[in-house]
Amino acid sequence: MSHLLVDHIVKSFGPNEVLSDLSFSIEKEEFVTIIGPSGSGKSTIFNLIGGIMTPDKGIIQLEGNNIIGKRGSISFMPQTPSLLPWRTVLQNVLLGAELQGKKDRDKAIEMLHKAGLADYVHARPEELSGGMKQRVAFIRALLSPQSLICLDEPFSALDELTRLEMQKWLLSIWEDYRRTVLFVTHSIEEALFLSDRIIVISVKPTKVAAEFEVPFNRPRDESLFLDEEFLKWKRTVTYSLKNEGSDNDGEANRRTYSFRSI
Amino acid sequence: MNFLIRKGWRPIAVLILLFILWEIIVKITKVPDWLLPAPTMILNEIISGWTSFYPDLVSTSKIAVEGFLVGTTVGLVVAVSLHLVPWIRDSVYPLLILSQNVPIIVLAPLLVIWFGFGLLPKIIVITLTCFFPITVAALDGFKQVPYSHKHYMLMAGAGKSQLFWKLEWPYALPSIFSGLKISATYSVMGAVISEWLGAEKGIGVYMTLASSSFRTDKVFVAILSIMVLSLLFFAVIVAAEKYFIRWQSKGGNVE
Ligand SMILES: Nc1ncnc2c1ncn2[C@@H]1O[C@H](COP(=O)(O)OP(=O)(O)O)[C@@H](O)[C@H]1O
Ligand SMILES: [Mg+2]
Repeated sequence: MSHLLVDHIVKSFGPNEVLSDLSFSIEKEEFVTIIGPSGSGKSTIFNLIGGIMTPDKGIIQLEGNNIIGKRGSISFMPQTPSLLPWRTVLQNVLLGAELQGKKDRDKAIEMLHKAGLADYVHARPEELSGGMKQRVAFIRALLSPQSLICLDEPFSALDELTRLEMQKWLLSIWEDYRRTVLFVTHSIEEALFLSDRIIVISVKPTKVAAEFEVPFNRPRDESLFLDEEFLKWKRTVTYSLKNEGSDNDGEANRRTYSFRSI
Repeated sequence: MNFLIRKGWRPIAVLILLFILWEIIVKITKVPDWLLPAPTMILNEIISGWTSFYPDLVSTSKIAVEGFLVGTTVGLVVAVSLHLVPWIRDSVYPLLILSQNVPIIVLAPLLVIWFGFGLLPKIIVITLTCFFPITVAALDGFKQVPYSHKHYMLMAGAGKSQLFWKLEWPYALPSIFSGLKISATYSVMGAVISEWLGAEKGIGVYMTLASSSFRTDKVFVAILSIMVLSLLFFAVIVAAEKYFIRWQSKGGNVE
């Protein structure tokens, strides 16, 4: 059974049909990345899985259980860190678990140490850099008891160097604490570097345009970015995105496909 | 305290200068005492009349504190229910604003007719002057909670009460304290006005007696004590704010 099953989802906001027949699934402990142009409905997918919106049609199942409209079934890391300024790093990291009624302080401290935040356990978020804040937000998601972690473009607000650092950091932490991850990004390189599988979605109508199994062995490091094979894959994925846009006409459409490359 | 000394000396110096000027003008122009008493005369009255004035001061302080506490409670309860129940907000908020357009002085006789001369009408007067700044400030604070924070809490499965107590309430606290500061100073004024409704003791009573017997020096003593009392209340709230909100950095940029 898939860990997460999203089946024939349709979602409109008034006359604006954002998701039209979207289907995909994720296996246990798999790292899956959804890549698609901005405005294609990626955050909407998360809102549906997170239960704060309900689809017009379709099935969403977590480990075989219907989770439509059920909040709190997944753990979440947003694009902005959204840390509570009156809480210390430790208290912030425990928030997700606290909401579910199960805190583990010792594990939190241990994880903060592993994450390179040992000096900041009792600091307040305002003392942290952007990258550190995102680490805290990720640890908060990791410490939440839910089995599936959803990350919505977590690094897109960071500068390039920090972003690369964060990607490497995320991989190393994830390889230690394996969880099922659904990751959303703009960046093809980020997707190739991090994931086991990439789902390319098309816009208007939004549905799965292509899927790629990423063949690189783990653990991965940044030398991968210069690998011949990696560049080939990058071309392939870029192509699939471009192609998918070509049957729509006009400049306006093409503009939405401009991807940020790292 | 250090802070007060560092920042406070300028206005204090100006104040002292003003008093000296006042003294000189009164002495030179020989204004009659009942029109404008000299500062030294007021000071004299404070010292010599202290024992008889003291009970009035205590009485007013007490009623002001009581009224402030009731007003704060009412203000917060109103704010929270307006915030949590949208249909109450839509239907009641405009009326609340309207209620602030009715001068308390005009309401006072009505309150006496309805509730007599006891403690209740006084508390109502103070509550009416106090609660509105708190309600407005708290509502404003609730509204300022960033969408991203709320979105995270909802995605992470926060219930309505978790959302309120873990996010909205702490987020609104700095705003609430701004409201409390205003209300604390209003409460002294409210207390004095409420004593005009009829009381045995209090600065309001003292003031009425003083002005009807042309003891202008005593009127000034009353005014001065109201100012000092307001300032004291304000300082207490500032201290509480410092204690409860240690997280807010200057110009805090929250993310
Ligand atoms: N709550 C909402 N109400 C109305 N329209 C929305 C809402 N949320 C998203 N949309 C619309 O859905 C589309 C996809 O948005 P979103 O899921 O945020 O895209 P992405 O995350 O891929 O950039 C956009 O056109 C947006 O205007
Ligand atoms: Mg988005």
